[in-house]
Amino acid sequence: MYSDPDSQGTYTSVIPPPPSRTQVKKVSTSVPHDVIAQRVTSTERQDSTSPVISPHQSPPSSPVAWRKHSKQHPSGGSAAGDGMWPAHSPPPNQENWVSFTDTPPSSTLPAMHPASIQEHTTVRTVASATNAMEIRRQSSGYDDPWKITDEQRQYYINQFKNIQPDLNGFIPGSAAKEFFTKSKLPILELSHIWELSDFDKDGALTLDEFCAAFHLVVARKNGYDLPEKLPESLMPKLIDLDDSGGVADRGSETGFSTSPAEVPPSKSPSMPSLNQTWPELNQGSEDTAIVHPVPIRMTPSKIHMQEMELKRIGSELTHPTSPLLTNSPELSEEAKLATTVKFVAGNTVADGYSSSDSFVSESDQIGNSITRQRSHSGTSPDNTLKTAAPPPPPPRPQPSHSRSSSLDMNRTFTASNTGQPQAGVVTCPPAVPPRPQPTQVTVPPLHRSAEADGHAARTSTSPHQMPEQPNFADFRQFEAFVSKSTEQQMDDSAKHAETIPAEKPPDSAGTLRTAKLDGSSDEKPTGNTVKSASSLVPPPKPVRRRLKSDDELRAEPDELAQKTSIINTVLVAQSSIPRSFGKDKKSIQASIRRNKETNTVLARLNSELQQQLKDVLEERISLEVQLEQLRPFSHL
Amino acid sequence: MGKIVLCVAVITKENYPLYIKTVPMENELKFHCTVHTSLDVVEEKISAVGKALVDQRELYLGLLYPSEDYKVYGFVTNTKVKFVIVVDSSNITLRDNEIRSMFRKLPNSYTDVLCNPFYNPGELIQSKVFGNMILGMMVQVC
Repeated sequence: MYSDPDSQGTYTSVIPPPPSRTQVKKVSTSVPHDVIAQRVTSTERQDSTSPVISPHQSPPSSPVAWRKHSKQHPSGGSAAGDGMWPAHSPPPNQENWVSFTDTPPSSTLPAMHPASIQEHTTVRTVASATNAMEIRRQSSGYDDPWKITDEQRQYYINQFKNIQPDLNGFIPGSAAKEFFTKSKLPILELSHIWELSDFDKDGALTLDEFCAAFHLVVARKNGYDLPEKLPESLMPKLIDLDDSGGVADRGSETGFSTSPAEVPPSKSPSMPSLNQTWPELNQGSEDTAIVHPVPIRMTPSKIHMQEMELKRIGSELTHPTSPLLTNSPELSEEAKLATTVKFVAGNTVADGYSSSDSFVSESDQIGNSITRQRSHSGTSPDNTLKTAAPPPPPPRPQPSHSRSSSLDMNRTFTASNTGQPQAGVVTCPPAVPPRPQPTQVTVPPLHRSAEADGHAARTSTSPHQMPEQPNFADFRQFEAFVSKSTEQQMDDSAKHAETIPAEKPPDSAGTLRTAKLDGSSDEKPTGNTVKSASSLVPPPKPVRRRLKSDDELRAEPDELAQKTSIINTVLVAQSSIPRSFGKDKKSIQASIRRNKETNTVLARLNSELQQQLKDVLEERISLEVQLEQLRPFSHL
Repeated sequence: MGKIVLCVAVITKENYPLYIKTVPMENELKFHCTVHTSLDVVEEKISAVGKALVDQRELYLGLLYPSEDYKVYGFVTNTKVKFVIVVDSSNITLRDNEIRSMFRKLPNSYTDVLCNPFYNPGELIQSKVFGNMILGMMVQVC
């Protein structure tokens, strides 16, 4: 395979003949890269590829990589790019390819920086990409840090399809922005990536551009610095099937790449013709590219999809109808919660209160997303998996988080419950401590616009009041019970709500704990019980969590209204159990029974509160209408 | 030989700057002030158009006012985004064509920045591409 003359000759001859194969974008800009990629993909996907190619295909990576170098040199141009590649010519790519089939698309970049890769692999920026990255790293072969492997390309293509079913079409800038914002890279870097990848400066991304952008995002997440100009291998394929045309294009592109300052401006004016060829190439490439089924990684991608959705939702306040949501139909609720949790967690605190609202609403949507997703299910299952796309670091939803999210719901219910009686206390902004986001996620079902703030505030309030100290839990629970029964005043809750926002970490802990309480249902102060009422949360919560949540719940007594008193009684009965819970099976069963009872009580409470909520909302609407009517008079 | 293009500024229609870049060695504040004062001239020229409006406004405004040892040129787009270039008078007036060519590149680059979905109109322009283009303009003219 290393025989240059033979391979080169073979490849070159191979390229033009099978037009179907060559089309694709793979043929495009970096011809050698494309050709190689094509060949590989084609061999993988189609057996129809020219016989000449197949033998070369077997040791895919090495000839491919090697060839690329040789091709590049003749094309002469890409000085910068070539410099890097030759160093890697002996391809460990072979190993990559070997693992290729087994691994999801991964970035070849990591190979370049083992150290950074190590970090990144642990960080797991892009779910599937991360995994692939690890594998790639191990396999090493990277002849071109910017080269997109077939796996990666398939992954990118699938992601593209999720956003834009027509592979020859464009992804509008807004959709692309949403999509890449999920990667949690700084906007400035994303902006730079966009400038690099939007080759024709049309504000939309073709498939090639999208792959390039995605690749850059992956690279950046893995620690690679963004190049000043688009690497040649990432340039959109402007070339026709004709090899010479490709070379020419490559040369022209190379020329552009070499003059960094001129690259962006020169692109548009100088390449109108090239731009025109893109759609054709895209079409061709798409067909071939799509053929090969891409392995689907269910779990992580699901999670990522969820995360992405959450991210998108959170950042954009968009509706679940977005393509990403459609992908998540298959995600289990739990996965969704997990991802949402992650996503929420991932979201920076910067999102702040404003985003918490969105999250809440989003989580609500997400919670309902199951149904919604099904309706959307426009994308294929593959897409759903793939849509995880540039998800934030792979969600490692610790059980606590997922639970916490559910706990959050409880809290929100509690908050809402307390809020309803209190009506007036909705002032607090949704304290959104970064961690507590899971809380918010779960909260959404309960949130209404009016209530959201109040809820958020409450949820936030509860956590902050309860430092996570298991030891305190027990005592607090009892205290909470007592306090709850005594203090159910809006003012207090309001105060708590306001103070809570300040303490984010406790909030998250609180939310977690509150969630736990729902599940554990052992020692729940009134606040907890209210939360557990919302106990749509999965019951199983670690005992410890419950203890903690109890602490938090204790803090919330103020917020709870009369209903909490009811819950208190229930909880009191159960609170005595907590300790033995973990130890004794019987006690566990007993606690389970109690929890179930509590759950039913709380569920009833929940429904009642919901009803109250509706009523309050209607009142609010009517008041707003009145206000509107009165407003014109203000002008007089 | 000093650089000719001393300062380039992009100002929104609300007259706040999106991007100002001056040749480092110069007193930046002076140029910022110059750009600011030149906005008045720009406004005057815009409003003077009257009926002709749009077409007129898109035109290259030309020399806004010569003063001291530098000249200020302006250009306004139909979206009221203003581009101001301050050039050194020491050289023979930059050939007007060169100025015009610069003013052709500027809105194109600005449009590219706007096309970036990650750029919110009204933000300071932090695009490296845009910056590089400006630097190229300043260096070339020198």
